[in-house]
Amino acid sequence: MTMKTILAGAVLALGMATGAAADGHEPTTVGFVYVGPIGDGGWTYEHDKGRLAVEEAFGDKVETVFVESVPEGPDAERVMTQMALQGADLIFTTSFGYMDQTINVAAQFPDVKFEHATGYKRADNVSTYSARFYEGRAVQGHIAGQMTESNIIGYIASFPIPEVIRGINSAFIHAREVNPDVEFKIVWAYTWFDPAKEAEAATVLIEQGADVILQHTDSTAPQAAAQAAGNVVTFGQASDMAEFGPFPRVSSIIDDWAPYYIARTQAVMDGTWESKDTWDGIGPGMVAIGEISDAVPAEIKASAEDMIERLRTGEYHAFTGPINRQDGTAWLADGEIADDGTLAGMNFYVEGLDAEIPQ
Amino acid sequence: MLMLEKRPQPSRLWTFATPVLAVVLTMFCGGLLFAALGQDPFETIRTIFLDPLFSEFAWFYRPQLLIKGAPLVLIAIGLSFGFRAGIWNIGAEGQYIVGAICGAAVGLAFFPMESFIILPLMVLAGALGGILWAMIPGLLRVRFGTNEILVSLMLVYVAEQLLASMALGALRNPDGMGFPGSRNLAQYPSATTWINQTIGMHWGVVTAFIAVIFAYIALSRHIFGFNVRLSGQSPRAARFAGVNPSALVLICMGISGGLAGLAGLFEVAGPAGQVSIDFNVGYGFTAIIVAFLGRLHPVGILLAGGLMALTYIGGEIAQSNLGLPVAAIQLLQGMLLFFLLAVDVLTNYRLRFGTKEIT
Repeated sequence: MTMKTILAGAVLALGMATGAAADGHEPTTVGFVYVGPIGDGGWTYEHDKGRLAVEEAFGDKVETVFVESVPEGPDAERVMTQMALQGADLIFTTSFGYMDQTINVAAQFPDVKFEHATGYKRADNVSTYSARFYEGRAVQGHIAGQMTESNIIGYIASFPIPEVIRGINSAFIHAREVNPDVEFKIVWAYTWFDPAKEAEAATVLIEQGADVILQHTDSTAPQAAAQAAGNVVTFGQASDMAEFGPFPRVSSIIDDWAPYYIARTQAVMDGTWESKDTWDGIGPGMVAIGEISDAVPAEIKASAEDMIERLRTGEYHAFTGPINRQDGTAWLADGEIADDGTLAGMNFYVEGLDAEIPQ
Repeated sequence: MLMLEKRPQPSRLWTFATPVLAVVLTMFCGGLLFAALGQDPFETIRTIFLDPLFSEFAWFYRPQLLIKGAPLVLIAIGLSFGFRAGIWNIGAEGQYIVGAICGAAVGLAFFPMESFIILPLMVLAGALGGILWAMIPGLLRVRFGTNEILVSLMLVYVAEQLLASMALGALRNPDGMGFPGSRNLAQYPSATTWINQTIGMHWGVVTAFIAVIFAYIALSRHIFGFNVRLSGQSPRAARFAGVNPSALVLICMGISGGLAGLAGLFEVAGPAGQVSIDFNVGYGFTAIIVAFLGRLHPVGILLAGGLMALTYIGGEIAQSNLGLPVAAIQLLQGMLLFFLLAVDVLTNYRLRFGTKEIT
């Protein structure tokens, strides 16, 4: 294609620039493409904290650039191309919906390294990375199942992709484990970040009797809605959201990208960067569980902390059999542990969930 | 004392000068805003308004202007007919979505057959989809006197839900490993609207230019344009002149819906490539600003669409190169409409100093 020939010239120039970065002539440039605003208080906020950690770790040796609220589509492709043209050596694209765009742009810039969050397509210069959020969901389900009095837990889901479905399953399994009567009501918001929609979803769930709200969207709007309702429990998502503690926010799943971002930037500087797939959980510290507040009774807190510890050491896996699929067929036998392949492409609910994945 | 005096006739000079004045005022106040954010105002304004055209990487940005501007111009041209006649179609975003769904569905139905007839059929389906979606508020207004502003706006949200259900259901890629989204039409030679990616040429760009020419002829040289203008300025006079108001509503809604549907089709089978849950990024709403910024005049709209595209692309450059927050860019775009409406007063009124003479 002709696009390639033109870009090839630019790439050649960039190749020299990248070479210069390795021997310390100029700072290594690291770009970040964000799906939400850095002030979302959740997902993008934590990625930006990772960016700031990179700046702090390397000081003058690194320069970071970012563009926020980039729609998943042609705009994302342009932003990535622009970053690569302007001399970025490493670009983190931090939303699932940037997957094809990342692959497209990476093909045009073989000397620039790309890191795509939560996707599954890789190339020689494209790595993927994600966190085992479902481990945190297990802890949430464990606490939520015991905190609910109405036995209805509301779940604000974003897009029906494996990552989100995995989270619902994990939370549900562990809520049922401690409370056989618990039910999940799931609302699909079809957005990662839209405070108005998220608040609306939370309100609808609360009106339907939910007294615990779990969210897989990025803003703090559901927390605020729960706070306004008064007696509804929430969990911080992606970020600690501690400003809503000790109640309604009783705990949280925190994504800690800083160590990974620092390690990958270092690899680019050292010239040791290689394409790989990273999927880390509580053990390596990519997923952290925020302080469980005093609003949670002591014995529940203790058992939750015990679960965190067992997840951390690897003694316990959040998907341990016996687990059946929603249609009643067996998925995992007693004591069997789910393999990563099935988890990565998970497109079914587990038994007991009274809902359907949008088709 | 400063006074406003109504002009006997709208000033021809100011009709053309106000958009320019609005842009200048936006640059000035935008500069103040950027200065308050700790940026060099001149460098920022230069980055946003000139870098996409004249910087080192302008060869990449100039085609992007066509890609970003084409749907804006196409939709705005359609809207301008209705707006001139006092028919307020606010729901172009919805018509854009439905056009994209219908057009893409036709293309996907033929996959993987290759034939020259596929793209024309898709274009037809896209236009029809947009027209049908616009006919709902159109017919409701004609038949029941409902407010087309509310109905067309509400139908945007219905269209978004339809889009999500299509991306997850009927149009989902069977080879997509269960992930939402259709096949990539940009990679399907018979269905793609791309003509040449390197220079940003797709059929939507061509159609936008053609639409500008046709709109110009229709509005200034044809009785239809006269009727449209007359209905907007004096509905009573229009009735005496034999204009059928119901027919005019349907025709204007049809033109705007059809062009919005076309814009959606050209986008989905070109730059966006696939039907995905968040395919729409607000072109239908931004086009309203473009239509007014261009004074509802075809040539004005062409220039305004280019300017708007410029602020998007320049805004991204400013974000990544200067670290400007996205909100500042959105504020700048908002200012543009604000100042345009504000200085519009000069078209119909003149400023006078001193007290009014008593005659």
